[in-house]
Amino acid sequence: MRPKSGTDHVFLRAGNAKGKRGLSLILLFVGIALLIAAPFGLKPYGIYLLSLWAVMTIAAIGLNLTLGYAGQISLAQASFVGIGAYTAALLTTQGWPLGAAFALAAVLCFVVGWLLGYPALRVAHHYLAFVTLSFATLVFLVLRNEEWLTKGVYGISGIPRPTLLGWSTKAPQDFYFFCLGVLALASIAAWWLLRSPWGRAFTALRENPIRASSLGIDTRRYTLMAFAIGSALGGVAGVLYAPLVQFIEPTAFTLGLSFNLLLMVIVGGAGRFFGPFLGAAVSVLLPEWLRFSEGLYLMLYAVFVMLLLAFFPSGLLGLAERLGISWPRSSKSAT
Amino acid sequence: MAAVLEVRDLRKSFGGIGAVNGVSFAVHEGEILGLIGPNGSGKSTLFNCILGQLAPSSGEVRIDGRPISGMRPCDLNRLGIGRTFQLLQVFPQLSVRENLLLAGQEHAGGMWSRLFGPRDAGLTAAANRMIDFFRLAALAEERAAALSYGQQKLLDVAMAFMAGPRLVLLDEPAGGVNPTMLGGLRERLKAINETGRSTFVVIEHNMEFVMALCTRILVLAEGRIIAEGAPEAIRNDRAVIEAYLGT
Repeated sequence: MRPKSGTDHVFLRAGNAKGKRGLSLILLFVGIALLIAAPFGLKPYGIYLLSLWAVMTIAAIGLNLTLGYAGQISLAQASFVGIGAYTAALLTTQGWPLGAAFALAAVLCFVVGWLLGYPALRVAHHYLAFVTLSFATLVFLVLRNEEWLTKGVYGISGIPRPTLLGWSTKAPQDFYFFCLGVLALASIAAWWLLRSPWGRAFTALRENPIRASSLGIDTRRYTLMAFAIGSALGGVAGVLYAPLVQFIEPTAFTLGLSFNLLLMVIVGGAGRFFGPFLGAAVSVLLPEWLRFSEGLYLMLYAVFVMLLLAFFPSGLLGLAERLGISWPRSSKSAT
Repeated sequence: MAAVLEVRDLRKSFGGIGAVNGVSFAVHEGEILGLIGPNGSGKSTLFNCILGQLAPSSGEVRIDGRPISGMRPCDLNRLGIGRTFQLLQVFPQLSVRENLLLAGQEHAGGMWSRLFGPRDAGLTAAANRMIDFFRLAALAEERAAALSYGQQKLLDVAMAFMAGPRLVLLDEPAGGVNPTMLGGLRERLKAINETGRSTFVVIEHNMEFVMALCTRILVLAEGRIIAEGAPEAIRNDRAVIEAYLGT
């Protein structure tokens, strides 16, 4: 047999890459089709879970940007979901449209996220984790204690679901499609961002900030941007969360949710675009699927997560890559 | 001729220990200045002080007559100053081409145009030229992590030149590179120097490499300049021989 020349090697690799891209696109379209078809056979609780998955995926995409791509740990993502949720609750119960809540929450979370990024210019790793943890505690205390604004532990109820150009999203199925639409828009925006030179700069920031700086990359500005944009996506998720549950109170946005969002990013595959989608599915849907085991379901869930992270620290997408399945990637992974 | 880089009485101490003890020199346009000295003589600390990675204890650094003390490394890079590090500093998860695009992208347009402009920031042609020049074409799509040490070193050097800098500080570019590649690297550096009128300061332990590449050499020992001159003069300088071999 004739040995493969260098040119053969290049063509084989190109063909292989084309095949993998084709498979990735097929998987993507199948996934979208499944998401569209899913609610038709489900009861309202099942549809609620799918909607919650969409909402949490948006928040996890934001955290993936901050943590997975830019390498800045944050335990405050739940706080931004909370700020978004309270913005939506306060505005829409006063008759404002949900669109106004999206705009205000995104801007507010962007600004607060930008400010939260400043400590990241001085500290990193677990020190930064504790800074963001303190911020999360501060936000929780504001939500609980400032009753004049947030109604404290009594929470805010009767949060309406929006009507868009005559389309009411009151019914669970309609609101699910609304969430799915917002998730699609957030995903496209994140994909655009991560495919741009910014995505490359975020990767450089994560992998080697000193070298990045020596190449002209303003690490300070990109760090702040990573925090601000990730936080804004958390706020957008919160704006959807409020009309989904229609009643919010401060304990929904404690550290537990921040850890859960962190888990979604890590389990799905930090620094991988589709990681949050899978991670949110594991976090939101898997415990429900394990309910057949009755009292054992949370234990089974915990064991699954422990085994997954012990043997595949790069998450489910890292595992898929090891098995030879390539997923569309916006930039390079964190592993 | 005006000095591109001027270092005046630069000092840097860590605790009570002086790593750089009053170093002054100037580098002129188109020059390739070699900076040699035994391990621990303060060469890399001097580089880091010049390039803003470390704050000097005292002294001054000027680029084109303009003081640059206190400027951030990213701002210095945008002034046209490139560098490589003693240890390999490529981005292992990015491909060879992506590494080069990254190295040039911050010089192409503003931050917002980079967000809404093309993914390659309009640099694919420039990156391809650099890939060809450093003979990395067969590896362009490979992740940097998959390259051999010598190939990564070539990439590291290529990245320093991607934005067309006026002044490049190269910290041990020949370290760990095999002899075959070394000759090629030296020729490429010379070619860039001659065609682009780039000015280099090169820290290097490989005497053959530095003697063949540099037009002038400074010798550092214990944070001080102990000799300065043309390669041949330095080769036979008694103080230099003593610094390297001990007395």
